[in-house]
Amino acid sequence: MIAGNDPVQMTHRRLERFTPMERFSRWLVLLIVVAAIVVSTRHVQIIPEFLADAPSQMLDLLNRLWPPDLSYYQQGVHEALMETLHIASLGTILALILALPVALCSARNITSNPILLVFAKLVLVSSRSVNSLVWALLFVAVFGPGTLAGVLAIAFRSVGFVGKLLGEALEEVHMGSVEALKATGAPATSVLLKGYWPQVKPALWSIALFRWDINVRESAVLGLVGAGGIGIALNNALNTFYWDKVSTVLLSIFAVVIAAELVVTQIRKRII
Amino acid sequence: MTMPSTSHAKRNPFPVNWPSRIIWVALLAYLVYALSLIDISSERMIAGFGHGADMLGRMVPPDFSRWSLLLEGLLESLEIAILASAVGITLSLPIGFFAARNMMPPWVSWPARTLIAVCRSFHPVIVAIIFVKAVGFGALAGILALIVASVGFIAKLFAEAIEEISLKQVEAVRASGASFGNVIIFSVVPQVLSRFVGFSTYQVDSNLRNSTMVGIVGAGGIGGTLFSAFQRFDYDFVAAILISLIAVIMAGEYFSTWVKGVFK
Repeated sequence: MIAGNDPVQMTHRRLERFTPMERFSRWLVLLIVVAAIVVSTRHVQIIPEFLADAPSQMLDLLNRLWPPDLSYYQQGVHEALMETLHIASLGTILALILALPVALCSARNITSNPILLVFAKLVLVSSRSVNSLVWALLFVAVFGPGTLAGVLAIAFRSVGFVGKLLGEALEEVHMGSVEALKATGAPATSVLLKGYWPQVKPALWSIALFRWDINVRESAVLGLVGAGGIGIALNNALNTFYWDKVSTVLLSIFAVVIAAELVVTQIRKRII
Repeated sequence: MTMPSTSHAKRNPFPVNWPSRIIWVALLAYLVYALSLIDISSERMIAGFGHGADMLGRMVPPDFSRWSLLLEGLLESLEIAILASAVGITLSLPIGFFAARNMMPPWVSWPARTLIAVCRSFHPVIVAIIFVKAVGFGALAGILALIVASVGFIAKLFAEAIEEISLKQVEAVRASGASFGNVIIFSVVPQVLSRFVGFSTYQVDSNLRNSTMVGIVGAGGIGGTLFSAFQRFDYDFVAAILISLIAVIMAGEYFSTWVKGVFK
């Protein structure tokens, strides 16, 4: 990275791409990364026999998984799969509804109250820092096992994501039309609906689709902690060691996730 | 919005957008239908809020007295995240490169892209279940699961980054007679390095979050402790774990922002 090795250059001036401080920071990052890896390798508890055994165990597992028991799909998977999709969709819609006021409060060009701004940021950060499985555990404890807990878990996890991106989109709004509306004496709701909304609409749809795609994946595991959906079918099959049923569930999750991704990319191409 | 009455074509500045209205109606109809499927009753909600208040009451004050257990779990989660990121990112480099369609012929890029799609489709916790059954309980299963997740994310973005590079520099280096390795090092790497650092740090963050969860299915880390604390209704200990989790994740985010700044 040092561009001054050429003797002709050396006689004139050493050209360097980075300042000493930048170089020091780069080395520091490298050092921390290497140290972290070395310490983790030494300290982590891996039983060597398990590691040596892993390939043969994996092969054994694959043998058990294949062929999948496709008849299980009609018995229990289909309904659970639909429930998973409902959890993902309802959770996303609820998250959009909940995120809207928070995003409005977190956008600096709309909210001027500093306490409200900090509070909104705090809500967004805490929503994102708690994993959807933890939210699901909390809501299962509160509302009992079932779909409701799953929907709420997905919604509360998504609020942080949607709210943050929507807030950023609101801050990037071109203020000209907003000021023009304000100058005509339009009430606050009209300013929001006719000034901000048309400008953030594409961003909002794109965020919603993106999050829905993520939520389809996430809602597939919520059943493991009792929050409804395909995870319950997976858990049942796992606990009874019906591996051919497990592979049916996994295949259907795979198909749904791929289908969701295709749908999202198609809609994105058409609308946005 | 009064317009001068002399204008013959009175144009509505905000015309009705029928397609978008239809989408709104469809969304609303779906909402009603889907809500009817989950049983929400007022008694359940009221009982739920009662439980929720009760739970929050028992969470305060958080109980840090079992700090050694907490610290042990957090450390294991951290180690899982670090090792999985290291191996996962290293593996993603060649896989991502093979998946880049401007660098490789289709018979190489398609298998690589399929592998990436499979890795991406499953939530890390589901992958962790499979690995727990295959290699037993413990950190190893968690590391393997997060390696899969890392490959799915980084290899995909890395492939996209390579596909977007300018080929002029590649040709220039190639024209100077550089070997294949030198073409990669001097024309591809400089163009993708900063983006690569960007999504690697993102993946480290993401691995850190998920490494705290794979324990729920027995794949090591703090998740197992959290799950059993939930099942034993030790809500004060749950609160302590959650607070420390959020602190660790935020510290991780600060670190990755700093690293991204360094490699800007």
